[in-house]
Order: sequence, then structure tokens, then C-alpha cells
Amino acid sequence: MTSESGADSEAKQPRENKETEKEKGKAKAAAAAEPASPQNQPEQFPAAAGHSTPARKEQEQQEVDQVSHRSSISRLSRSPLKGVKKTKIMECKVALLDGSDFTLNLEKRARGHVLFDKICEHLNLLEKDYFGITCRDVENQKNWIDPGKELKKQIRTGPWNFAFNVKFYPPDPAQLTEDITRYYLCLQLRDDVVSGRLPCSFATHTVLGSYAVQSELGDYDPEELGSDYISELRFAPNQTKELEEKVMELHKTYKGMTPAEAEIHFLENAKKLSMYGVDLHHAKLVGSCLAPSEGEDSEGVEIMLGVCSSGLLIYRDRLRINRFAWPKILKISYKRNNFYIKIRPGEFEQFESTIGFKLPNHRAAKRLWKVCVEHHTFFRLVSPESQPKKFLSLGSKFRYSGRTQAQSRRASSMINRLAPLVERSSSKRYNMSLSLDGAPIAENHETPMKDSAAAGAAKILTKGDLITTVTTEKKAEEEKAEQEDAPTDAAETQEPTTPLRHDTKTKDEPPASEETKEEVEPKTTKAAEYLVKYVGDSVATDLASSSGLHGISPSTTMDDDVFMDGTLREVDEVAEREEIKVSPGAVRQEVYQAISDKKGTLIILKEADDKVDAEGKETGAAGEEEEPALRGEAEGGENEAVMGVEIWSPKMEANGVTQIKGTDSPKKAMASWISEVVKTEATEVVGASTKASDAPQPGEEVQTEQSKSGPSQITPPESSTTSLAVSTLGWVPSSEKGPPEPEEKVVVATETEAAPAESTGPTGCDVVEVGTKEVPVVHTETKTITYESAEVETNGDVDPGVLLSAQTITSETTSTTTTTHITKTVKGGISETRIEKRIVITGDTDIDHDQALAQAIKEAKEQHPDMSVTKVVVHKETEITPEEGED
Amino acid sequence: MAGLMSGFGHYTHAVVRGIPASLAKEALRSCQAEVDLAEARREHEEYVEVLGTRLGLEVVELPADESLPDCVFVEDAAVVCGDTALITRPGAESRRRETETMKSALKELNLNIVEMTDEKATLDGGDVLFTGREFFVGLSKRTNQRGAEILADAFKDYAVSTVPVLEGLHLKSFCSMGGPGLIVIGSSEPAQKALKIMQQMSDHRYDKLTVPDDLAANCIYMNLPNKGHVLLHPTAEQYPESAKVFEKLKDYMLIPVCNMQKVKVDGALTCCSVLINKKANI
Repeated sequence: MTSESGADSEAKQPRENKETEKEKGKAKAAAAAEPASPQNQPEQFPAAAGHSTPARKEQEQQEVDQVSHRSSISRLSRSPLKGVKKTKIMECKVALLDGSDFTLNLEKRARGHVLFDKICEHLNLLEKDYFGITCRDVENQKNWIDPGKELKKQIRTGPWNFAFNVKFYPPDPAQLTEDITRYYLCLQLRDDVVSGRLPCSFATHTVLGSYAVQSELGDYDPEELGSDYISELRFAPNQTKELEEKVMELHKTYKGMTPAEAEIHFLENAKKLSMYGVDLHHAKLVGSCLAPSEGEDSEGVEIMLGVCSSGLLIYRDRLRINRFAWPKILKISYKRNNFYIKIRPGEFEQFESTIGFKLPNHRAAKRLWKVCVEHHTFFRLVSPESQPKKFLSLGSKFRYSGRTQAQSRRASSMINRLAPLVERSSSKRYNMSLSLDGAPIAENHETPMKDSAAAGAAKILTKGDLITTVTTEKKAEEEKAEQEDAPTDAAETQEPTTPLRHDTKTKDEPPASEETKEEVEPKTTKAAEYLVKYVGDSVATDLASSSGLHGISPSTTMDDDVFMDGTLREVDEVAEREEIKVSPGAVRQEVYQAISDKKGTLIILKEADDKVDAEGKETGAAGEEEEPALRGEAEGGENEAVMGVEIWSPKMEANGVTQIKGTDSPKKAMASWISEVVKTEATEVVGASTKASDAPQPGEEVQTEQSKSGPSQITPPESSTTSLAVSTLGWVPSSEKGPPEPEEKVVVATETEAAPAESTGPTGCDVVEVGTKEVPVVHTETKTITYESAEVETNGDVDPGVLLSAQTITSETTSTTTTTHITKTVKGGISETRIEKRIVITGDTDIDHDQALAQAIKEAKEQHPDMSVTKVVVHKETEITPEEGED
Repeated sequence: MAGLMSGFGHYTHAVVRGIPASLAKEALRSCQAEVDLAEARREHEEYVEVLGTRLGLEVVELPADESLPDCVFVEDAAVVCGDTALITRPGAESRRRETETMKSALKELNLNIVEMTDEKATLDGGDVLFTGREFFVGLSKRTNQRGAEILADAFKDYAVSTVPVLEGLHLKSFCSMGGPGLIVIGSSEPAQKALKIMQQMSDHRYDKLTVPDDLAANCIYMNLPNKGHVLLHPTAEQYPESAKVFEKLKDYMLIPVCNMQKVKVDGALTCCSVLINKKANI
């Protein structure tokens, strides 16, 4: 997407639109073709769509209006019968929780969320964050469909068969808002029980069975039900006559209990089962330090890893031999067949320990890793983490992109519809035989879609009452983190925070594009469209309807290929080790832990560096990125930047290469992004000051100041196509890197763009916003750093030295803008001078960025012969069209 | 039954067994000590009386068996939870036959009997701590992994976590439940370590009541109609410091029970009875 031209991205929206339309048509066609398929009342579709995703509908409408004058609109064929030729249609068969199949046709390129939304619509389900789609792979393993990725990429072979399942089992189902949600959860649990995935005692089988019967058949009525009604239902893996009798005995006592009540009782019992919501994975122990209860050498012992809402459980046979609550886990990663968790040191331990598990294969390891990332995010964080944006990051960019439980609860607290009529189907899957009067049962899937009235009405963007009782065992630190988050949530109404985050996270897009979108926001035609889009999304999110989860951003859509390739390469060749730091998104404590962790990261960064020449784009893109959650890496990035001086030329080459590629990408400005990074670093220093050597530390201050003016110069003017590289050069006095000595910083920012406009005021605001969006962890900090006060504040925070003077000089030539900041401070009797330069090189591909940059550096050196470079940071934004692909 | 985990500490029946004369000389013990048989029997009588007369449980008293010197410690022979009784395979070979009488008694009470037939498995009930939400099984000299697995199989609703017992005979030689979500724990290092492990392994939170003496941490908690929280704990005479700690439990019916003799053969309070909630039966 980075490379996507403006026109392209516009074209995309209508296409999506068309897709929807077409799908509808398809579905109708499918309906006609197969009368068996339950959802075949075409006229129900609009209603259904109307009430479950009202905002999105509107928004789509808006988009259409927006682009209707474009030529691309001509591609939009509203007739399901026309315009099909380019897109291949696939038939999807989805096994629903009641055992029936839902068949629908989708465009081959459709992403996961399209299917997911259609299923939820069909099921009339609004609280859908707990659910997901699974697909069996060649090994018959269940894999979760990533909503942000194309389905075809996730189904390697075979027919498009899916299953709709509960993905996150709510620890307290009573807190679900709607009965219909509980109904589906019940169905899932019944399957879990019958299949043996959720083991329970005879007594519990009886109790659960009896509530299931009450929910499904209503009151006990021998005349209507017959005497043997019970043996038509399944309650247990090995169902005995005795069990059936006991179930019936209990069933008799429930007269008058409504199905919804029966389901609540069912869930109240099921949730207490020890294996409730535990996702098991086969593994073997690597090393021996695992079970506290294990005296023997446990190497190679077969175990099961269970992922659940509270953490990671380790079983040997039926026995739990260890448990790692999420707060205990600092990091999870995988490499080839191995899965690793890094454990926070215990009370009496000094060092964190890493525990390894051997999974049957690489796919299994990755699957486990993903499930962990998702569960951790869903249950422990207030909002999802943004995609990893480290300097030179390797590894998967995968993050859970949906809503967290906290967000989901907040959203569903705003569900504003009459309780939909839940038609509890006879659960075919659990029936031994179809019931005799089963005629109506076949129709069960025509979900009642009546309450469209509620649909539009729900457009209230209430300020979030953050539900603080999220999980039972929230640590104080997390609560604190939640509180920190709270203001942001409250502010949601003003800023399109959530949707934007969704966008960036859902898509596995090359990092640069994120910046694009954000920066484009303020101006230009395109920006306007994006803005509309965001607003639409945010409405949708708040309505608990479909699109929020998936963040369909036009600009990200095309990007998938690029990313997929990237992932594969990274995973398979380069660094098979993918890492995620757990928890930084919300828990400051853990953030600090992460800082202390940075050594490992640094090594990885080095690897990345080595690759620089081979993979210019990779490096550049990664270099631009900053993992907001991981302060440690921000720092690492700086260190890396020092190394960057040595490997300067290869990097430059790399830049050149990529920039040439980014021929017709939409213009963009790095300003806001840069300042964000800088701010992050500045904040970071507060927490990690002990680690940073003196020299870089003040440098960061300067950078912060720098950020102040940075945005003003690089504000995007009118549209043009560019790619962009930004470099930060750090200088140390040649005398040595002695901390207290004067040093100089040069920031070189390169941008291919004709005439950078200067508009300080408004851009500054935008920047602040962006910072908030991108750095969830440090919401509060980023917000407090305002441009007026940043300088002073940061100085005060970071370093007790006295600021003597600070000045900013800006000069421009045709293609470059140079901003020079000179700060003089006195610290401990030694005066220190820092000069930080940011050079923004703008222009088109016909400008040789490398040369321009080299020239800028040379000039800087000449101007300050008595100083030396301490830091070079190259920020480069590259856009690549899918056609061009990536190396 | 009203569902899982309801009514922790609700009991209707207690199975106990008489003290054979062989206990004095032949019962297993971890340290040499002279047992006053008559005094031990008197203690036991008092214990049974507390359960039956004072607390109103229906007491099933099994006859002593001279060939089974440890048979008074019925807890080790069976683990009862809800309507299921797991007949154990005691770790000490000399005690294996204790389960026979126990099995028939529990059958009489209409419990679902699960037997531990695997010859590789050993389990003493004294290593099994049921918290109302989950089981902890001590891996000790008497209980092994396989025994714990079979227990997990018998009580599928519950998480079963294993805890190494490095010192002391059984897991419950230094801990027990003192109420719903309240673990009474001894203050020795191995006891505290075991508690740490239990806390780490659990999805639930437990409060702890630390007592100075490990052996005093073995108490019997019940929640009985008209009586509320009941705690049988060792006497002040035996463990004066620990007794003070129990005094802090408010709203409890505290019943000090003398256990001076039985403790010499590693018998704690919980060892001498198997408690059953018959209403749990459907």
C-alpha cells in the first residue's frame, strides 16, 4: 500500500463496496441454488446489514459519494451479474455452532473480516469479539482466520470450509450483554463438552445436560416430548442411559425456566470447569527447569500448553505442573519448532528465566505464539498494541487486531437494541437423530432480523465508561495503566483514535503507510476521504458493529501481498525468531522491564543491520518504525543509529534503491512521525535514564526540542508523489564520546518532495494526536509534551543541567530544508553544546537522495569541524505498489 | 447437586475408624516416640464425639483391624469430593488393605466409587488438599505422579496441580483449608515454599493464615447449618503460639481438639476422618 497511488487507493473503496454488493448478490444466487442453505431470504439481507452495521453502511455510502466523480467509479458495477469477470468467486461453507452449515459466496480476494461479518450478520450477533473463524490446515489443525488478511492466503489447499467458533471464552459469561451471545457461547461449550475438549464429571455432565435440554426444548412435557426425547441429544462423550435419566430428572425440575435463564445456569457451571476456555497445544519440554513439582529431568517430557484468559498453563497428562500468569511473562517468542517464554524473576530470583518448549513443527509453534499474543491482548490489555514498530524490526508484525475484552464490553454496553429473538435451533450436531417434527428446525437459521430500528439510533458516541472490573486478578499496576488509558478513551470522541489504531494494527501493512494516512489527514483531497473513513469507522466501533474490528482502510487493503512476502521472508530466512514483549501496551511496570531487556533486542537489531544492503527497503522501513511500547528498543534504536554511521554507505544505497521504487506513491510528510519518535524517546529516558550513557541522553533532549519545529517544516503540502528518507545524525565532539563534553546532533530528514510547506500551528496539533494514537502506553506523556513547553520540561526531567540557550535556524534550498538546533547547557560545571540538524530532503525520484544526504552530512561536518557524529538515524518512507513487490 | 463447587465445607457424614492396639508399637512413624494407647483412644473418642454429637454429623465408625496398625488414619484411604469417592492406593505397602473396608463403607453411602488399580500409582489422601475450587496433590514419599493423574481423572471438573512435598510426611502435614479460599499454612520454609507454588499454580486467590507450627496448620474446616464456620484445630496445650492465631478467626466456632498421642505416629486432625456431603448426591 505504501506504493499505492492516490488513484488506486480511491479506486479501492468503491471496489470494496462493489464487493459487498456483489456478495449480496452472490449470496442470493447461492440461496437460489441451494434451498438447503438456511439464510436464503434475500430480502433479509438489507435488514440484517442495516441493523448490525449501520454505521458502516452509511460510511460506505459516503465513500461512494466521495468518489463518485472519479472515473474509477465506473468499475463499480452494482449489478451482481455484471462486472464479475475480474473477480473470482469462491463458495465458502461455514460450520456454525448449532451444527448447521452456512454457505455463502465471496470474492476470492476477500479478507477474513468480510466472511466474519457476514456470518455475524447471519447469526444476528453483535458481541462478536469473542468469536472467530477457524479453518483446518493440511494437518487438520485448527487455525484462526486473520480478519485482516485475505482468505485465500490463509487457505493453502482444499475447499473453503470454515467453522465459526468461540475464540475468547469470557471468564464471566454473565457479563455478556446479550442473551444471543450467551446462546452461541453455550452451543460452543456443548460441543466442547461432547467432544471431550472440556472434561467434566458425571455430575457436571448431568447438570450441564439438563440446562441444555431446558434451553433447547423448554419445559419438561412428556406428552409433547415423548419419553425418549433425551437420548436424541448429546451431553457427554460417552453418554450412558444413566446419564440420560439423571438429566431428565433434573430437567423435570426446571419448569418455567426460560431458555436464556437455562443458558445462564449452564454457563455458570461451565465457567468453573478447570478446562473452560483453555486452548491446548501439544509440546515437549526443552531443558528441565519447568515444573516446580518435578524432581526428575523433564527434558523431552510430553506436555500440553494451555492458553487461557489468565495465562499459560502447563499440563502433564491431566495434571497441571505449572502456570504462568500473563503478568509473570515478560516475553513470548518462537523460533522454528520452539516456543519460548521469558519469565519475570520471582521474589527471590535475580534473573528472568526463559523456558523453551518444542512444538511438533514450525506451524504449531507459530500458531501457539499467535494464540498467546491474542489472548494476552484480549484479556489483559485495555486496547490492542500497535503493530511492532521497532527500529529495524524483524519478525512477525502480527498483533491481535480486534477489540480487547475491555473495549468489547464498553462497546456492548452501548448496544441499543431490543433483545433479538433467539431462535434456538435444535442442535443438529448433538442430536443422534433429527427430531421428527424437525420441519421448522431447518429454517432455524433465518435469524430474525427485525430490529433495524435500533440500528441507526445507536449512533451515540458516548464517552467511555471504562469497565474497570475487567479481570478478576488485575494487578494494581494494570489498574493504573488502565487509568492512564482512561483519559484517552474519554477523548475518543474528539479524535478518531480507535479506528486509526485499528487500521494500523489490523493490516499487515508496511509501516510507512501508516504515517501516510495520518499525515494526509489534515489536507488534500485524499486526506479528506481518509478522514471520512476514520470517522465512519469510529462510529462503527462505538456501535459495536462490524467494521471497527477490521479497520478497512482503503490504503491498506492492497498491501497484503507485500506484507505477506515480507513475513515469509523474515520468518523463513532471516530471523526465524519472532518476539513480542508481553504487556507493554498497558502495564508500565512491564514496560520498564522491557527496557532492561533490550540486550536481546539489540542483537537482533544488529542482525538487521547486517542485512541492510540486501534489503534496503526492509531496513529503511523498519528504521522508521518505532515500537512505542518498547522503550528499550527505542533506545536500542539509538545505539543502532550510532552503528549506522559505520554502515552508512550501504544504507544509503539501500535508500536509493527503494526510493526509486516508490515512484508514484502519494506524497507524504514524515514530520509528525518524527516528532512522535522523538517524544517517545524523551519519555523513555525518564524511565531508563540509568541505562543510557550520558552522551546520548542529552541528545535526546535536543531531539525533543527538535521535534518542535520539525513538523512545521515537513508539513505536507499538496499532493505529489514521493518517497522519503529521514536521517538523524548524531555528532559527538571528536575528542571522544565523553559524556559531559560538547556534542552536536544533526538530524537529517530526507523527503522527496518539491516544496515543503511550512505551517507550524495546525500541524503541531496533528502531531500531538498522532503521538497519542501511536503510543498507547505513554498516552499521558505524549500528551503533556506540548510544543511550547517541551524544551523546558524535557530538560527538567532528563537532566538537571541548566539550559543556557537554545536556538533554531531554518534554511532552505530547492530540495532540502535544514533545521539546526543548537542548545547549550551547563551540567555539573561543564558546558555542553549540542547541535542537531534535521535535513528534510524532498523531491521526486529523480533526485538522488543518497547524494543529497551525503552532501548534507558533509556540509554539517564542514560547518562543525570540531564535533563528531554521535548519531545517525535514517528515516525513510518508501511506498511500494503491490505490482512492484518487494525484494 | 446444585452445581460445581457449591457449599465448600458442607458435610453430612464422617467415616472414622477405631484404633487398633497395634498402633502403639507398629504404626509407621517418622520419629521414634512412645504412644500411650489408652490416651490415644481417649483422644480419638473425643474427636469422634465432636464430629457426631457436637457437630451433628452422621458418623460411620469402622472397626479397627489389628493387622492394620495405621487404620485409624482413614483419610489416606479415600478421597471424597461431591458424589465421587476415589479409593486410593496408599504409598505404604503395609497400609494398602486399609482401603477395603473403606470402599465398602463408601459404597454403602451410595458414592460413585473410583478405584486406583494401577500398580504404579500411589496416593495418600493426606497429600490431597481440596480447596473447594481445585485440588493440590503433594508429591511425597507416599504419593506419586501417577496417583495424582488418576485423581485428576476421577475429578475431572477440577484443576489438579502437583506440589512437591520436600519435608514432612504429607502435603497436609503443614497445611489445610481454614475456610473458603483460606489456606492455613505452617511457617517453616518448606511449607511457605509449597504455598508459593500453590499460589502460582492457581487461577484463584487464596488468603493464608500462617501459624508458627507446621503441624498446627492441619485443621478441619466445616460449614454447617446453624453453626456456620467451624474449625477444629489443635489445642493451646499442644501448640500455644498457633492457638493464638486461630483465636483471631472471627465468626468461627473454634473447637480445640487434642491430638497429642496420634501426632506421634504422624496423625493429624484431618487424618482421622473422611468427610462426606451426602446431599451432594443427585
